[in-house]
Amino acid sequence: MQKTRRTFLKYAGVSVLGLAAMPAVKAAASYVPHQVHEKPDPRELHAKRWAMVIDTRRLNSDEDMKPLIDACHKEHNVPKIDGPQEVKWLWTDTMHAVFPEQSGEFQHAELEHKNFLLLCNHCYNPPCVRVCPTKATFKLQNGITMMDMHRCIGCRFCMAACPYGARSFNFKNPRPFLDEAAQNPEYPTRMRGVVEKCTFCSERLEKGQKPACVEASKGALLFGDLADPNSEVRKALKENYSIVRKPGLGTQPSVYYII
Amino acid sequence: MYDGSKILAGLIVFLALVTFPFWNNFGAKEWKQPELKLPPKEVATQCIESKEYMREQHMKILDDWRDQVVREGKRIYIAKRDHKEYQMSLQNTCMKCHDDKEKFCDKCHTTASVSPYCWDCHIAPKAKGN
Repeated sequence: MQKTRRTFLKYAGVSVLGLAAMPAVKAAASYVPHQVHEKPDPRELHAKRWAMVIDTRRLNSDEDMKPLIDACHKEHNVPKIDGPQEVKWLWTDTMHAVFPEQSGEFQHAELEHKNFLLLCNHCYNPPCVRVCPTKATFKLQNGITMMDMHRCIGCRFCMAACPYGARSFNFKNPRPFLDEAAQNPEYPTRMRGVVEKCTFCSERLEKGQKPACVEASKGALLFGDLADPNSEVRKALKENYSIVRKPGLGTQPSVYYII
Repeated sequence: MYDGSKILAGLIVFLALVTFPFWNNFGAKEWKQPELKLPPKEVATQCIESKEYMREQHMKILDDWRDQVVREGKRIYIAKRDHKEYQMSLQNTCMKCHDDKEKFCDKCHTTASVSPYCWDCHIAPKAKGN
């Protein structure tokens, strides 16, 4: 086609007309039946990077920590299996196991023999997510390292990758190890051959509730947004000396321990 | 034809074996669609979508729901029919009305000879007979 001034002006005119009609088209489109059929719960708590601060000064004995562990395991139908096939979301271990890089030859007697509360660190740079071949474990927008049990094929790469031992494999069907009367009917169990771990109570956050362990801790666990300088956790970290597990690995954990 | 009788006999045996499923089922009972028992009126008067839609699409809905809930953090379903909102949850929405897994899920799945693995993890509620 020959490009004349006449055709150029014609097209320019039509384009301008189209732009002018935009608001009308948009208004008309809002009357067309909507195509989106899913939305988040309006009660959801929002954050850029969920994090937990554990005040170890207030969690000294097993009696302090057991209610927290029970609350978590009951909420998520975690089976009780003893021995090397144990399944755990929230558990405890000794100073030397938890902070192997930070413990010297001679230690404060009290710290030396103390147990610390452990859970998935929801790392900013999670090695488990990098190795998962099916994207069954992945990062949510809010910083939680999430598990999609529907996709897990049980290859256990993530367990090898996690430097914190936060992941448990279901060597056998977990159902027989759950007390049927104590089951939480709102939450699923797992099946044989999948890996599971703490999810920072993603299902509770989406309903506007804090994680189960935080609720049971009577203030010893703080939960909030690490990306927000005015959040509860950032304030606690500003005012107290805290450490994270194995910082040298560069995983950037989101679980801090106030010593 | 060399060995004609053997070849013919072999062919007859072959045909008999190949057509076995047909004459074995001859005169067998006609397949009947299992009858769906709906929850009583006081429990629920309607499902999230129409009966036809649910019959054809429930597997697709559940598949979408699990991705939306676990991966996208979206927990509310907006019904196509009347824009009502529901929690996207097999355990906490579907089974609240259809609380008898054996009468509701298994009845059709067994007849259609499909075995979805939902209940390997999800907990079926104690049946109240709805």
